[in-house]
Amino acid sequence: MAVDVSTAAAPAPSPGVAGRSLAIDVRGLEKSFRLPGQKIDSLKERVLHPTISRDFSQLRALDGISFEVNQGEFFGIVGRNGSGKSTLLKVLASIYRADAGLVRMAGRLAPFIELGVGFNMELTARENVQLNGVMMGLTRKEAARRLDAVLDFAELNEFVDLKLKNYSSGMLVRLGFSVMIQADADILLIDEVLAVGDASFQQKCADVFHDLRGSGKTLVLVTHDMNAVDAYCHRAILLDHGQIVHEGNPQEVGRHYLRLNFERGETSSAAQASAGGPAVRLVDIWLEDAAGERTNSVELDDDIRLRAIVEADRDTPAPTFAFLLSNADGVHVFGTATQLKREAGEPDLLAAGSRAKVSARILNPLGSGRYFVDFGVNREHSQTDNVIWVSKAADFVIYGTQAQTGLIALENEFEAVIEDG
Amino acid sequence: MSVAVRERDLPLRDVQGPSAVGGGSRRFFDLLLLISITDFKKTYYGTVLGYFWSLVRPAVMFSVLLVVFTQIFRLSGVAHYPVLLLLGIVFFTAFQEVTSTAVTSVVANEGIVRKTQFPRLVIPLATVMTGIFNLLLNLIPVFIFILAFGIAPMWTWLLLPLILLALIGVTTAVALILSALYVRFRDVAIIWGVMGTVLLYGSPILYPFDKAPEKVQTALLFNPLTPIFTQSRQWIIDPSAPNAVAAVGGWARFSISVFVYAAICVTAVWIFRREAPRIAEDL
Repeated sequence: MAVDVSTAAAPAPSPGVAGRSLAIDVRGLEKSFRLPGQKIDSLKERVLHPTISRDFSQLRALDGISFEVNQGEFFGIVGRNGSGKSTLLKVLASIYRADAGLVRMAGRLAPFIELGVGFNMELTARENVQLNGVMMGLTRKEAARRLDAVLDFAELNEFVDLKLKNYSSGMLVRLGFSVMIQADADILLIDEVLAVGDASFQQKCADVFHDLRGSGKTLVLVTHDMNAVDAYCHRAILLDHGQIVHEGNPQEVGRHYLRLNFERGETSSAAQASAGGPAVRLVDIWLEDAAGERTNSVELDDDIRLRAIVEADRDTPAPTFAFLLSNADGVHVFGTATQLKREAGEPDLLAAGSRAKVSARILNPLGSGRYFVDFGVNREHSQTDNVIWVSKAADFVIYGTQAQTGLIALENEFEAVIEDG
Repeated sequence: MSVAVRERDLPLRDVQGPSAVGGGSRRFFDLLLLISITDFKKTYYGTVLGYFWSLVRPAVMFSVLLVVFTQIFRLSGVAHYPVLLLLGIVFFTAFQEVTSTAVTSVVANEGIVRKTQFPRLVIPLATVMTGIFNLLLNLIPVFIFILAFGIAPMWTWLLLPLILLALIGVTTAVALILSALYVRFRDVAIIWGVMGTVLLYGSPILYPFDKAPEKVQTALLFNPLTPIFTQSRQWIIDPSAPNAVAAVGGWARFSISVFVYAAICVTAVWIFRREAPRIAEDL
């Protein structure tokens, strides 16, 4: 009984799912835009068409969005282009004003719509870091104090008094990311900024995100890259046409997202079907770990296990299935192909309506970094007669702790000794 | 208690969305100060002669107008006309530079407005601040010139801040109106370019108020800059000149300028508050 009384007496902070307090509480958010092209841009138009402003056609970018994020949670917002995810982020970040609905947050928020936005190229790194800190809500003193931490992380200490216009793009990315990490906000809002920088920088970002998890900070990641969500987030929502179509753990959301994408693909291929369009569809493609669980990362030295399921809409004789791996720079690092495994007497045919599961285990000598998987099916065992080819059907990260030079990690024995003499 | 629960639980607060001054007053003033300082530095770092250039514009304008009005039109009967003209031009240049920079300021900072949580009011205000720095710097040579011209320092010089305050007030108000309207109506830039010329000749700068014909005087009453120029003439240059009220012919007529001034300020606040939340979408 005493427990009941105490919870009733102290309603705030409001309890979230796991008994934790909420960091973000969004209720019934709505936002519409006027469609471009009808925007009145000059007084003349306004004078000539005084009534037009009353019948704009509206685009509903957010249509009744409600969700909660717990403190310390990493939360993903996923959706295709135009699903409303960026609008949602901008409403959360107080850049857009919602037409209706309520947003509540606990603590200081640092939004990062773009790396290094607000950097002034005419100013030095020192001045920019300070300006940026104040923009993130720090006092000028705090901002000055965190300068060293920012520069250390970005490894740019020697360039502190160099104007940003003289920075390379890589240095700018590092500074932008570093400023973000050191913002020391309670809630980080991040939009698609992970997909920048070279592999070693990506690795560093990955490490930072792993560190941030469990530090009590709340992070909202807005992206159309399911792998980032899979790798970092505890929970995610999937947006489509301004509404939440699924909410749950990243794997579930990822499957819904994939389905959403392939459904669209289907409609377009159905249109071409009469013109001899693809006879085979990629139903699913994923990576597995040794235990058979879906994963998006592979440890250095561990095998790469690729899986795909295809379904034939029409008979496809003598199919060949192929995986092609490329690294982040688009260099093809490895390709492999196989034919249908069958018992004696079975026809070499993927019949209409049947499914095939494709599995490949690849010994992994690859260096750490992000890799993309292309998947294709050819017929008549030909090299050129493509039934489908899906570029970047999946991607994954190979991570390892050791710094390494070069594309691949080859096993080697290596020693240096003092020669007796 | 479980370890997973974090040590401090922060309370939920309502998020108000974008506004003119959003994000707390300390952050607002810190940002304003930093942006003004960097703007000011930018103006002078990029050029070889720096500060010198901010003097050139009013100096050239002054020289040309001085020749025109003393050698060609031969305006007579105005005591200390050259210094009066100089002071007027420095004030007017400040007003015009700030307002014409402010027109495009919000649009020019599109990146910040659309991608960060930024109090919108800071942007035009930073333009005003930079203008104030410039004006103060330009007033130094003006006063040297006034002394060199043989005008003895007088106690009314101490009232200069009042004049500056009035000038800064109307400049800020106009800057806010223009910067907010320009986001939606790009014609504003063109209109304001023309208005600059109208205001230069439509203010008692090139001529004192009392030298203007009756009809022109009536028009001048509607210019909120008029009292600023007439009063600065009395306080800074020529104590025998009438004050701002007497010069225009009494309180009734003087109150027209005051009313226009106040109306501009109220309009500025109203327009900017109304437009600020939607600026990011309209850009």
